[in-house]
Amino acid sequence: MAHSQLSLRERLEILADAAKYDASCASSGTAKKNSIGGKGVGSTEGMGICHAYAPDGRCISLLKILLTNHCIFDCHYCINRKSSNVRRARFTPQEVADLTVNFYKRNYIEGLFLSSGIIKSSNHTMEQMVECARILREENDFRGYIHLKTIPEADPELIHQAGLYADRVSINVELPTREGLTRLAPDKDERQIEGALAKTKSRIIQAKDERKRFKNAPRFAPAGQSTQMIVGADAANDADIVGRASALYGNFGLRRVYYSAFSPIPDASAVLPLKRPPLMREHRLYQSDWLMRFYGYAPGEVAQATDHNGNLPLDIDPKLAWALKFRGQFPVDVNRASKEQLLRVPGLGTTAVGRILTARRHRTLRLDDVAKLTQSISKVRPFLVALDWRPTTLTDRADLRAMLAPRQEQLELF
Amino acid sequence: MAARAPSVQNAALGSHYVVHLAAPDDFAFWRERARALIQCDVPPDRVSWVEPGGTDDLFAVGGPSRIPVADGGAAPVRVSKRFMKLARNAALHSDPERFALLYRMLWRLQSNSRAMEDKADADVRRIEELDKSVRRDSHKMHAFVRFREVETDDGEYYVAWFEPDHHIVRANAGFFMRRFANMKWSILTPRGCIHWDGKVMRESGPADRSDAPQDDPVEELWKSYYASIFNPARLKVGAMMAEMPKKYWKNMPEAELIPELIAGAQAREAGMVAAGEREARELPATLKAISSAIHTCRDCAIADCGTRAVMGRGASGAALMIVGEQPGDQEDVQGLPFVGPAGQLLDQYLAQAGIDRSAAYITNAVKHFKFRAKGKRRIHHSPTAKEIDTCRWWLEAERVVVKPRVVLALGASAARGLLGKTVSISKARGAAIALDDGAELWVTAHPSYLLRLEGAARDEQAALFVRDLSAVKTRLSQMRA
Repeated sequence: MAHSQLSLRERLEILADAAKYDASCASSGTAKKNSIGGKGVGSTEGMGICHAYAPDGRCISLLKILLTNHCIFDCHYCINRKSSNVRRARFTPQEVADLTVNFYKRNYIEGLFLSSGIIKSSNHTMEQMVECARILREENDFRGYIHLKTIPEADPELIHQAGLYADRVSINVELPTREGLTRLAPDKDERQIEGALAKTKSRIIQAKDERKRFKNAPRFAPAGQSTQMIVGADAANDADIVGRASALYGNFGLRRVYYSAFSPIPDASAVLPLKRPPLMREHRLYQSDWLMRFYGYAPGEVAQATDHNGNLPLDIDPKLAWALKFRGQFPVDVNRASKEQLLRVPGLGTTAVGRILTARRHRTLRLDDVAKLTQSISKVRPFLVALDWRPTTLTDRADLRAMLAPRQEQLELF
Repeated sequence: MAARAPSVQNAALGSHYVVHLAAPDDFAFWRERARALIQCDVPPDRVSWVEPGGTDDLFAVGGPSRIPVADGGAAPVRVSKRFMKLARNAALHSDPERFALLYRMLWRLQSNSRAMEDKADADVRRIEELDKSVRRDSHKMHAFVRFREVETDDGEYYVAWFEPDHHIVRANAGFFMRRFANMKWSILTPRGCIHWDGKVMRESGPADRSDAPQDDPVEELWKSYYASIFNPARLKVGAMMAEMPKKYWKNMPEAELIPELIAGAQAREAGMVAAGEREARELPATLKAISSAIHTCRDCAIADCGTRAVMGRGASGAALMIVGEQPGDQEDVQGLPFVGPAGQLLDQYLAQAGIDRSAAYITNAVKHFKFRAKGKRRIHHSPTAKEIDTCRWWLEAERVVVKPRVVLALGASAARGLLGKTVSISKARGAAIALDDGAELWVTAHPSYLLRLEGAARDEQAALFVRDLSAVKTRLSQMRA
């Protein structure tokens, strides 16, 4: 293969293009560090920074590239699969490290998110990725963010080294169901993926524990581990996906489960549906993810918000869908209800609930006061009782959903 | 409002105080003066705060009064940590009222130490708003500052130009210092500059955009990355604009790519889907079926301009098919091909050549009107090669149904719609080109081209046009015979 003839810029184009189907770009939640007293550049101060936004609405925080898009695997949903007819290219670990530092010094990025197709063997590929992280950390004294996508089939010792250099490691479960994985990713094995997730989890816990006892114990992936599922490539419904995500959170201590709406990819495999990516569905899944992580909903409760096909409604958000199904729980009294009850009111976010809880210590809230504390009073009004407000019949109205659902724009997602 | 009873001293003076701040972000100075004023029981309506460049208000006429000095026995002023944090940040806002607002809140906190908890209070809300927009501005500075490298005798040096909304530059120096501790850099802004030499932070006055370097070769790589990481199948321009408002674009090298990325996205995505789907789709079998199907076509971006698809006109079985470029303003209004000025000119020349327009089938290579709005007028805009190629599918469907023996292409776009490649009119005209289905293609200029010419040039082109039409007429007669 003639990669030596491709310029750095051409290879960057190919290998960034090949990485764009990965949803994650987070650079938050890692250990605090900065470059004072060091030789290189870099800092992480807790909050991630989005250095640019692409017209697809996604944040660009990290240099997200593949080391190579050559691959010996043949996963149907992946643009880089063996049988795909795309242009191939590869970087050396040194080239990726140089590119990262050059971009970082100009304040384009927070760090590197490195992934790779499998060349030669899983171990060989993992070695190359670890080598890139080593150059950055040891030779350049780079203290920015590094996310390494690890390969579940690689030697556990290599994954361990990856975690010592990286802020975050991730392993993709790829598809929400085992049947989907068997059909679309014939070279991957669910048990192997889950085994690697479990091993990484125990290493993270172990390293945290050692840091408590020995100040100089090495850090291991201080920003934790994450995974990604592709939505819309197989038959899994939203209830399946939410159930799988909550099991993943519970079993493997994941920081995040990312959903990636399956995009029509150039030179797609014939096994896959060819249609626009279900972006709204992806959005609803993220909202349900939020309900479980920040609003105290159990996975079973999110599943209650799905329709008879097990899918979340696309026209309204899952919290509103749940409230409309369980109208007996509303209206709640904004001056007396518990935090947990207020969090279930459609239209009230965690910030608004916090503000209501402090403000009501000072006055008995009227509807006007609530309006000042929330984004949209018309959305929350049917579910609340205030000093001068009682939505007598609203929650009984048959057309409540129609009143609250956003007006139908051209639905183009399905 | 429950204020303290004014002290005898102030009641007697009843004067108005004006405090001039030395710098617009000098929170420490404000704090010191505010403390003294509170201790002397000066209510908020008797103090004006003036930042550099600001004007004194009406009350200040007659010259500033001296700031009172509290006697040693004055009670210490107390506020919560949370208020201090909020005030320190809100003081960086560019709102000229901010110091008065903060003083009013400080005054109120003396009689009600928990006043900040009342989130429905107007002052509390305003302070939180100021704090929020300053935090956002700082966050955008961390994100959108773009350094450019310059070579100096001392090695590499990095310079950025940034335009903040508020007085945040000095407050954010620490962030950049911690991040780029071992790099030499300057951040230039119209509100003042900061410079780091690897050891010491220096400040200087406002700079101009032209003081910053104008390029950096690494930007080409960065732009390539930006264009490649973007997924055209997921266009969400609103989400991008919310987080990266246009005002920042002029100082971000990658932002100049945005318009073309958006414009190209629909075509790229349509191509991605169409590449797999189109072949499998069956061509509509009647003119009626084509006519109803083209109205729902969204295969290229022109379809989203809000215009209607204009179907060809004529009988199936017509011996001659005339193909233009795309409907124009009039054609779009009436929903018929070739009814505008170019259509009228065409009619004239067809009559002159003895070709019966009503017996021919007339259509366009592209079915929607592509334009740019200029005031109330819609200015014709040529379709791209990609758009012509996308719409070719419909033209093929029409040809399969009509089965013309002679096809006359008016202009280069029409020729591309029939041949699938761009040809030069001057080279292609004057001789028949065989099409795959056995029909003959004749290429000539578009009549709108003649409309744009004047004088001798027009006469010359008109003669060529007439010659091409007569050749077509001759071929039609020969075929009929």
